[in-house]
Amino acid sequence: MVLYLLLVYAIVRYRARASDGNIEPPQVFGSVEIELSWTIIPVLIIIVLFLTTAGVIFALQDAPKPANALDITVIGHQFWWEYRYPQFGIVTANELHIPASDPQHPRPTFMKLTSADVDHSFWIPQLAGKTDILPNRVNELWIDPHVPGRYEGQCSMLCGVQHAKMLLVAYVDPPEKFDAWVRQQQQAASNAAAVEAGRQVFEHVSCINCHTVRGTQANGQFGPDLTHLMTRSTIASGAVPNTAENLKQWVANPDDFKPGVLMPNMHLTAEQLNQVTAYLTSLE
Amino acid sequence: MNTKNQFAESAATVTEPLEGAHDLTVLPPEKVTWLEHLHGWIVTVDHKRIGILYILYGVLFLLVGGLEAVLIRIQLFRPLNNFVSPQSYNRLFTLHGTTMVFLVGMPILFGFGNYLIPLMIGARDMAFPRLNAFSFWISAFAGFLLYYSLVGGVGLAGAGSAPDVGWFAYAPLTEPAFSPGHSTDYWTVSLLLNGIGSIGTAVNIIATVFCMRCKGMTLMRMPLLPWLYATMSTLVLLAISPLTAAQIMLMADRYLGAHFFDSQAGGSAVLWFHFFWIFGHPEVYVLVLPAFAFANEIVPTFSRKAIFGYPAMVVASVAIAFISLGVWAHHMFTVGMTSVSNAFFTLSTMLVSIPTGIKLFNWLATMWGGRIRFEMPMLFTTAFLFQWVVAGLTGIILSVSPFDWQVHFSYFLVAHFHYVLVGAIVFMIFAAFYYWYPKATGRMLNQRLGKLHFWLMVIGFHMTFDVMFFVGLLGMPRQIYTYMPDRPWTVLNQIVSIGGVVQALAVLVFAANLFYSWFRGEEAGPDPWDAWTLEWATNSPPPVYNFATEPEVASRRPLWDLKHPEDPDFAYE
Repeated sequence: MVLYLLLVYAIVRYRARASDGNIEPPQVFGSVEIELSWTIIPVLIIIVLFLTTAGVIFALQDAPKPANALDITVIGHQFWWEYRYPQFGIVTANELHIPASDPQHPRPTFMKLTSADVDHSFWIPQLAGKTDILPNRVNELWIDPHVPGRYEGQCSMLCGVQHAKMLLVAYVDPPEKFDAWVRQQQQAASNAAAVEAGRQVFEHVSCINCHTVRGTQANGQFGPDLTHLMTRSTIASGAVPNTAENLKQWVANPDDFKPGVLMPNMHLTAEQLNQVTAYLTSLE
Repeated sequence: MNTKNQFAESAATVTEPLEGAHDLTVLPPEKVTWLEHLHGWIVTVDHKRIGILYILYGVLFLLVGGLEAVLIRIQLFRPLNNFVSPQSYNRLFTLHGTTMVFLVGMPILFGFGNYLIPLMIGARDMAFPRLNAFSFWISAFAGFLLYYSLVGGVGLAGAGSAPDVGWFAYAPLTEPAFSPGHSTDYWTVSLLLNGIGSIGTAVNIIATVFCMRCKGMTLMRMPLLPWLYATMSTLVLLAISPLTAAQIMLMADRYLGAHFFDSQAGGSAVLWFHFFWIFGHPEVYVLVLPAFAFANEIVPTFSRKAIFGYPAMVVASVAIAFISLGVWAHHMFTVGMTSVSNAFFTLSTMLVSIPTGIKLFNWLATMWGGRIRFEMPMLFTTAFLFQWVVAGLTGIILSVSPFDWQVHFSYFLVAHFHYVLVGAIVFMIFAAFYYWYPKATGRMLNQRLGKLHFWLMVIGFHMTFDVMFFVGLLGMPRQIYTYMPDRPWTVLNQIVSIGGVVQALAVLVFAANLFYSWFRGEEAGPDPWDAWTLEWATNSPPPVYNFATEPEVASRRPLWDLKHPEDPDFAYE
């Protein structure tokens, strides 16, 4: 700001005026005192700024992990997120649930982040800064959110064609609600007889090569875990809301919502499509 | 003390050859066919012609890269837009970034260096004229090779066309598993060849500055522009080498089964980050030091005063170059470095601001007490000074790594580096065009078109890049081809896009001015700005041999001594 004022002053004050004629102004070549002053003062500012910053860096990065912390492993894939809760044996995708932490009894979440393929970056602006997700490397990040709510984020490192639609949602739940969510996710997949035909199609077309539905033959690792698919509010990593209609169109042709997505079009017949959709919508 | 006698003696030795240079008559144009004329330009080893070729090549790609930017902005004008496909969008920003850095910034700046350095140090040509021609043509070949990927990029795998991996091409996205086809190969080979050209020119500039100065021009009497170019060329030598090494490693990964960056076979993604940014950060200073160099010439001339604190300016430039070699990992605060590394790179990055600040203060002190003439070059330089303050301050903000964790790779970062690349470098390139165009062509650039260009550029620039800071703070990441309607980014993106189009118009006005003034510009004469360095002592355009006799100088401002024999500079040095 000071520099701006000086610049504006110099520009206005020392504009050439017609009345000046052709006389050259006095020539000044330099001044050791003045130059020393505008070297030393910035040095002092930098020292203060650096010490403050370094304090924050060490406080954030080297914070000890409390015993009651929640562990989550985040795995980046082209173009979706996998979350594992090793303490509860839960695997889910794209929508993260974490408990709100109470300042009196903090329960922070400690995440380990890694990638299954290329570089990604995990970013929920309102919860924490971003941390890159790199293959062959485990990064760490901890958050301690106090305000329950729904927080949006997305991948912030170019990871391929659908980098833009690698969205994510984090739900910070009150502790009771979080515990209820955990209990529900721990249950086995529903196995309703009414959708048996859909399950047959699901297991006989190659869906199960990539997707897992716990308690069935489907144990693929390349795509999102679908055991409790219908508890999620979006599909295709946040690209569209999770409705039966969208699910059906997604299975029929994934490129409609996310051109370049790695899930192939399985060329199902109309009947198979209806059966699979019915099966998927039963996975609550 | 017999100061008076010394004046008389030195003045006599200085005056004579320079006056001789003033009196040079232009040779009558030879009668040549256009084909012979064209051939003459292609086989030329004259530093002035090669300089102009570099600049024209850069301007051509400025238009191409600008068009890509406009397409990008049209796509982002509204959420879920379908103007281009996701993959085309990735190609557009990859080409835009690569083009603007390697095919626009470097060639134009090398072009000005080529043209000006021999003239400013009183030499007849660069130290190695043939190497000079070779460097230009191999760089030009590299540029067209990159764009040939649009035609030839479809490989056996059927994927391809232009590269789509971002201008920094983070591994392992560039590995064959994720980038089949040949588009990434075109990017790699193009930058490899371009790097050879850059290294050739850098060697040439260093040799010229250190070995070709005219009589009496000690290093500390040399104008600041050759000083900064020598510093920048040293950085080129140090920075391009790791890039070249990285490209060779990537080619080995892609074709020889090496696993440097192939994470599926135990390679390291972070290794590529290090190689790329140990090139990439000095590269920023490779581009910005010439911009400073232009300001160092333009600010004194139009303030009618000698540069304030010449020795401090030299030391600050060298210090910037030195420190810039130790800051690369500030591009990597989010990759999970240890807290000690993060703190180290925070400190080293903050340190750059000290020599940079010294430069700003010295320009301000040069203007202080002067009689500032706001001709076109000074207008652009003034805008540069204001914009450079913002660029520098946001740089310090970003060096605070906990803050960087938040805004890294968001549009805040995009706004910051465009403030550097456009707000500082492109503005100073425009200033340099208005300043030296009369020297190269003998004609002034049209001032009315110039004013229009300037105001369109200023308005467009601030609409685009000021607003981008806020888009970034609202959480929009870079390199996404579209965004969801429920995010609060739509209106801001529309302002940014309109600003982008205004800037594109400004560049078109500028290109038209270059063309128009070539034929219709006002006659410039040898010294239209009443300046003080040697290039203004010869004709405009200068003859092939530059100076009829080798000039001899006694101070930093030989033409000041000539014009003010009663108060010459060498009395004070």
